[in-house]
Amino acid sequence: MNKGNKIVITFISILFGLIVGALALLIAGFNPLEAYQIMFQGIFGSPKYISWTIVRSTPLILTGISVAFAFKTGLFNIGAEGQYIIGSLVATLVGYFFELPIVIHAIVAMLAGCLAAAIWGGIAGLLKARFGINEVITTIMLNWTALYFSNYVVFWEPFKRPNRDASQQILDTASIEILENWKVSDAGREFLSNNQFLKDFLNPPVNFGFIIAILVAILVWYILKHTTLGYQLKAVGFNRDAAEYGGIDIKKNMVVAMMIAGAIAGLAGATQVLGVSKETAILTAAEGYGFDGMAVALIASSNPIACIPAGLLFGGLKYAGSKLQPSIGAPLEVINITIGVIVFFIAMPKLIHILQSAISKRKRGVKVENTK
Amino acid sequence: MSNIDYNTRVVEMKNITKKFGDFTANDNIDLTVHKGEIHALLGENGAGKTTLMNILYGLYQPTSGEIFINGQKVQVTNPNVAIGLGIGMVHQHFMLIDPFTVTQNIMLGMEESKGLGILDLDKATKKVEELSKKYGLYVDPNAYIQDISVGMQQRVEILKALYRGADILILDEPTAVLTPQEIEELMVIMRSLTDQGKTVIIITHKLKEIKQVADYCTIIRRGKKIDTVKVEDVSEEELASMMVGRNVSFKVDKAHKEPGEVVLEIDNLYVKDNRGLDAVKGLSLQLRKGEVLGIAGVDGNGQKELLEALTGLRKAESGRILMKGKDITNLSPREIIDSGINNIPEDRQKRGLVLDFTVAENLILENYHKKPFSNKGRLNHKAIDDFASESIEKFDVRPRNIRQLAGALSGGNQQKVILAREITNDPDVLIAAQPTRGLDVGAIEYVHKYLINQRDNDKAVLLISFELDEIMDVSDRIAVIYNGKIVDVIDAKDADEKTIGLLMAGGGVDNE
Repeated sequence: MNKGNKIVITFISILFGLIVGALALLIAGFNPLEAYQIMFQGIFGSPKYISWTIVRSTPLILTGISVAFAFKTGLFNIGAEGQYIIGSLVATLVGYFFELPIVIHAIVAMLAGCLAAAIWGGIAGLLKARFGINEVITTIMLNWTALYFSNYVVFWEPFKRPNRDASQQILDTASIEILENWKVSDAGREFLSNNQFLKDFLNPPVNFGFIIAILVAILVWYILKHTTLGYQLKAVGFNRDAAEYGGIDIKKNMVVAMMIAGAIAGLAGATQVLGVSKETAILTAAEGYGFDGMAVALIASSNPIACIPAGLLFGGLKYAGSKLQPSIGAPLEVINITIGVIVFFIAMPKLIHILQSAISKRKRGVKVENTK
Repeated sequence: MSNIDYNTRVVEMKNITKKFGDFTANDNIDLTVHKGEIHALLGENGAGKTTLMNILYGLYQPTSGEIFINGQKVQVTNPNVAIGLGIGMVHQHFMLIDPFTVTQNIMLGMEESKGLGILDLDKATKKVEELSKKYGLYVDPNAYIQDISVGMQQRVEILKALYRGADILILDEPTAVLTPQEIEELMVIMRSLTDQGKTVIIITHKLKEIKQVADYCTIIRRGKKIDTVKVEDVSEEELASMMVGRNVSFKVDKAHKEPGEVVLEIDNLYVKDNRGLDAVKGLSLQLRKGEVLGIAGVDGNGQKELLEALTGLRKAESGRILMKGKDITNLSPREIIDSGINNIPEDRQKRGLVLDFTVAENLILENYHKKPFSNKGRLNHKAIDDFASESIEKFDVRPRNIRQLAGALSGGNQQKVILAREITNDPDVLIAAQPTRGLDVGAIEYVHKYLINQRDNDKAVLLISFELDEIMDVSDRIAVIYNGKIVDVIDAKDADEKTIGLLMAGGGVDNE
């Protein structure tokens, strides 16, 4: 399948998703046009909403890249969720306990989160390489391990914030929020009061995460396309036996692939902590960033660059969908249905092909009749 | 004696054209097959034989053309329709479920029931036994697929088609995976099928088999039908030239050459197979510069394990492998490649190529980490593309598109890509394992020419093949492997098929 075709299929799938979502709304007794208008307004209606969409999408883009990258190397990383948790936990620890100058502190915290998550992902890679244990199983188990491990650490006395189900907040030096202090300073307030657009745009915790996500997407694309490492990883992913025969160390490559995938998912967690939440909360269940990342990777057909728009779409739908409830009382589930249908159609390109050819056949048929 | 009923045309395909985009796989092909006939479809890899049969079996829809079964015009929209019309197809790659028994596989989809959805295995088993007796297709109905040989599995596939009431059997390259004995047995089976009024269409490019078993042969070249001939009226040479469109020589031309010093030495090598049993048992062999050393033997006598130990894919238990005097035993595949040994692997789709990679990417599989293809971990796409363009031109890989995925190439062209990669390395030792498996005569001639060429350039070639003809044609010396050991090494000039055949079967081995 060529690239143009893939993009067409993706757009058709999104359209179908919206249509089915509209039907669901209709059946539930809501006006789909009104609902979609609210959602559209909810994303583009104000600079504030746009920046919220970007902030919400950032971790999804990164976990999407993580899953997409692993997939390109023949591995199914169900563990982005756990890697995300480890990444955010370690970034919080470093952000709170270390005392470092601004900028450096943020970078150290981020790298520490990446490294920890890389090791976390690497465990699954190692288990596969050494003992042949399927990474799908190990990464799922490691997700739960990560969740409870994170909760355990957050309960640790010096780290836990008293009277709250969360950790201490990171120090300001570790924050990656853009103009965080300036926004609330007198000078900043005064400047922003004269600039409504910027004021709105900076109202949410706009942070460097999105820029980092774009850089990571480009970096991953570059690695896969232009480096011997990427060549090796893809060879192992496509045909392990041939790669081995060609002299590539397949076991090492499996571990490396899972470590890189882990690092990217960990980065998603780290940017979220350093840019938005500033803390690690005690979780009763996974937040779903890793699982949503799988859907993003699917929509992007495992292309790291395509994970950016796919992540924005996904994040946008989720964010805008949350506005349906308060305004017209439509449930958020409708949005989940829409997203589900989009993924469903993308996973079934063949169905779209059949529909496409049926449509074009009908068109041809009409033409033939006309010439008669 | 043939039982052809010339009054009944069981299959008639008229003006069949099939296009895939711009590519015309079948161009206005006619095919008529009578009841009780064994009809061969002959053509090079990628000529369009399988496409034509996939149309008959309903897997593809023709772009234009008509199909008649027993005189009735039909639309074969899917395989179920074909099965309903009494057409059965045995694909080159079997579609069996390994952990199921023979009977379970055969009845799959048409299970016998005692009612209420309870399986009646006994009834099905009985039916399978009856069928297998009737057509001489001996199989154990209760054996598991994973435990039976490839030849047996093929019988199960044929039985599966018969169980569904097939009167017309299409066999796609049925002998590609069989041993010589199994091929003989298959021929008998095909005869017994036609004796009982069935019709058989075989897709093949092996001329010998056509001469042996087929009544009629339709030759297809590049999507066009060349002719339908009565097999007894034509020679193998004539069939070959119709197939490839030029004269083909079966004899490999090679001048006499004195071999030089020893380059590769195998000394008392022991290698275990997957089950942990000794497969190579104290094997010793010397390979010299400027010679082709053929290893003749029946499949399963340790060739696979020997090959894998030589290329670093399997651990040797004991013994030594010396390359130009240096011990390379149990080194990694890359270290062995770097020592000057290259390998045309036995299974080109499993080991030889990354099918989802382009031709260009496959051509650098062993060298991607070296200059000029990469520098400090960065790929140099221009150098890769230049090299690929040059290679596909030199080795006549068709189509001439370095961006083509390897999986989309025909078998012969896939082999050319591997050949290009391995020979461009100009290895001191080239190990060719089954290098012509599944190739047509044109491509075989081509591969043999390159092997001889290596030898003429004073390089050494180790040829491992189950095709005795190939070994005898190409080799300078022939080593016969039996039960994990080399039982004899004979000069090719003095070799005759009978002695080697005997040695291959374990005859002439002292007190064992």
